[in-house]
Amino acid sequence: MFTKLKSLLYNNEVRAILFQILAVVVIAYFAYQAFDNMMLNIEQRGIRSGFGFLNDEAGFAVNDNFFLEYSPASTNLQAFYVGIVNTLIVAITGIFFASVLGLIVGISRLSSNYLIRKMATVYIEVFRNIPILLQILFWYSMALSAFPSPKNSISFFDSIFLNSRGLYLPRPVEGVEIYLVLASFIIGVVSYIFIKRRSNKKHDDTGIETNTTPYFAGLVLLLPIAVYFASGAQLEYPVLKGFNFRGGVDLSIEFFALAFALSIYTATYIAEAIRSGIESVDNGQKEAAAAMGLTQTQSLRLVVLPQALRVAIPPIINQYLNLTKNSSLAAAVGYTELVTIFSGTVLNVVGQAIEIIILTMLVYLAISLVISLILNIFNKKMQIKGK
Amino acid sequence: MATYSLKETKQPPKSQTKAVLWLKDNLFSSVTNASLTFIALYIIYLLLPPILNWTIFDANFDLTADNDSCGREGACWSFINANFKMFIYGFYPQEELWRVNTMFGIIAALVALGSLLKSSQYRAHFIIGSFLIYPVVAFVLLYGGLGLEIVETDKWGGLTLTVVVAAVGIIASFPLGILFALGRQSEMRVVKFISVVYIEFVRGVPLITILFMASVVLPLFFSAGMDFDKLLRALIGITLFQTAYIAEVIRGGLQAIPKGQYEAADAAGLSFMQKTMLVILPQALKISIPNIVGSFIALFKDTTLLLIIGLFDMLAIVGAATSNSNWLGRDTEGYVFVAMVIWVILYSMSRYSKRLEVRFSTEHK
Repeated sequence: MFTKLKSLLYNNEVRAILFQILAVVVIAYFAYQAFDNMMLNIEQRGIRSGFGFLNDEAGFAVNDNFFLEYSPASTNLQAFYVGIVNTLIVAITGIFFASVLGLIVGISRLSSNYLIRKMATVYIEVFRNIPILLQILFWYSMALSAFPSPKNSISFFDSIFLNSRGLYLPRPVEGVEIYLVLASFIIGVVSYIFIKRRSNKKHDDTGIETNTTPYFAGLVLLLPIAVYFASGAQLEYPVLKGFNFRGGVDLSIEFFALAFALSIYTATYIAEAIRSGIESVDNGQKEAAAAMGLTQTQSLRLVVLPQALRVAIPPIINQYLNLTKNSSLAAAVGYTELVTIFSGTVLNVVGQAIEIIILTMLVYLAISLVISLILNIFNKKMQIKGK
Repeated sequence: MATYSLKETKQPPKSQTKAVLWLKDNLFSSVTNASLTFIALYIIYLLLPPILNWTIFDANFDLTADNDSCGREGACWSFINANFKMFIYGFYPQEELWRVNTMFGIIAALVALGSLLKSSQYRAHFIIGSFLIYPVVAFVLLYGGLGLEIVETDKWGGLTLTVVVAAVGIIASFPLGILFALGRQSEMRVVKFISVVYIEFVRGVPLITILFMASVVLPLFFSAGMDFDKLLRALIGITLFQTAYIAEVIRGGLQAIPKGQYEAADAAGLSFMQKTMLVILPQALKISIPNIVGSFIALFKDTTLLLIIGLFDMLAIVGAATSNSNWLGRDTEGYVFVAMVIWVILYSMSRYSKRLEVRFSTEHK
């Protein structure tokens, strides 16, 4: 009996089960203790619990608000939505500029031009070794001191203004025309895709290449603009009133500094990903392209980059995720995104730290889940077939 | 008989001599290349003069100048000189600064000693030993006790705080990271589940939310009598955060080990502990070292976030120093100085990690 029990105790599977039960019990015990203490503490400090605070009046104004209805009389929930939208807007802006800059710098790093190559290297080494928060604060203080006061704004065509408070752009006045413009834009994009496909097919069949750039310019860019002006739509221009501009779209200087710093910083990582992607392409591929008589640009565009991107895109998508997470550092300069609004202002007013921080974390978790889902789909699609 | 003599070698034509040839090959090999060169020169022309003017030519290098006599055209480097101690030691009491210096001195001595030791076995013992003993010594030196006057943690700051947080973060997260990495590879479902949820959760949220969690929510989890030090809360947050990243790095190392190693250890009759400690981990850790250094670099950068929860790391000192009415408006000088210090540290670490990568990759080929 005893030996049987002993042999049971030395059985690997039994041990595994025992160990797991032990782990669960220990974690459950600590969780219970923490929860118990938490309830006691909350009661003692007189903090409410639950998510009821979401329906309370927020009572504070928000600097940057793009589409949503918001005023100090709105609820905390609406403030939460404004925060999410602002996080996404700064993240998308940052991702766009970081990608463009990263691609240029990544290719420049392998340029045959000595000066371009060295400049790209210096840029990467300087900016990726300085903490992002320091860069945000630096550009913020630079922007505050370098841009003029609202009265002396730098103006472009009397419709775009830049000053130490922010960037002011004309805004299309809402109305039926906007939908016409949107519709023509969608029609333009769809028909361009159609034309592009036909030209690709023609190229596959006959080897004759047609230049689709004019179609792109005509359908995607010019058509909506033409429709816009033909429909007689109005623009609302920012106008100087009192101490600052009113009307139009305004991007605060905080947004400016944050998006700029995030782009500059993340571009260094994207550039490195693109460089290592290009270096991963076998030299024979470039030589074969040259042997077939492709020019340098053609070889880069048609042979090297498509293969390089397959290697480079997963780390680049990871950088997009990092950029989105880093946008939370807006709290340091006060751009009103999720962390600033919710874990900052709302938390100070309401005091329900647990609920608020968990909600904030859930938003970021959802964003990372979506991004890693995209990444997985991409990886599946891009696997070299026949392997 | 015909005699042959070598013809005298001619000088290459002027267009083929060294400097000209180099210029032609590297900068003007084609029209595109030449225009790129001009674009690059134009960018340099735009950027370099203002930077040089501000930092050097228009700057005031008189280290005794005060804010008013410094001028506003260029940098005022006396600001750095006047606040230098604050940048390095934070608000640590003047007469106790020797303790911080001793702490840094011991690190330097340990590194020097470690690189002198040739035999790899003693070296391993030496490194592990100093990792175990040194933190205690450093803590006593910084905090006090054993006859030293106690210096509360709210006096700590500057580069000292940055180094302390980064070091504690990496040392504390290392064993935890190994546990979670093993947990994620484990066949025990519950253990694996817990590890995956923890790692993915932490990696999915920004560090700042974890720091908020640690500074605001964590105290609620403990009974009211326990007074939590602000720095300790931050350290817990940083460690929890870093653990997830270290775990992923080590998991990468674990995955790189051929399956045969596991099977051979099983066939040799080793227990789980023996297999892990003697066969798997030594190899996995060795492969992961470059990435661990990389993760340490990231942690070092992230310590700047402490300023958001109200601790005075080097970056926060800029704000503290310029809010003093003697030095209003000198933020830029402060940021540039902090950026330079951190840059030098991070750049040398990343060089080191590159060197490690090269060294280890040749051994495994």
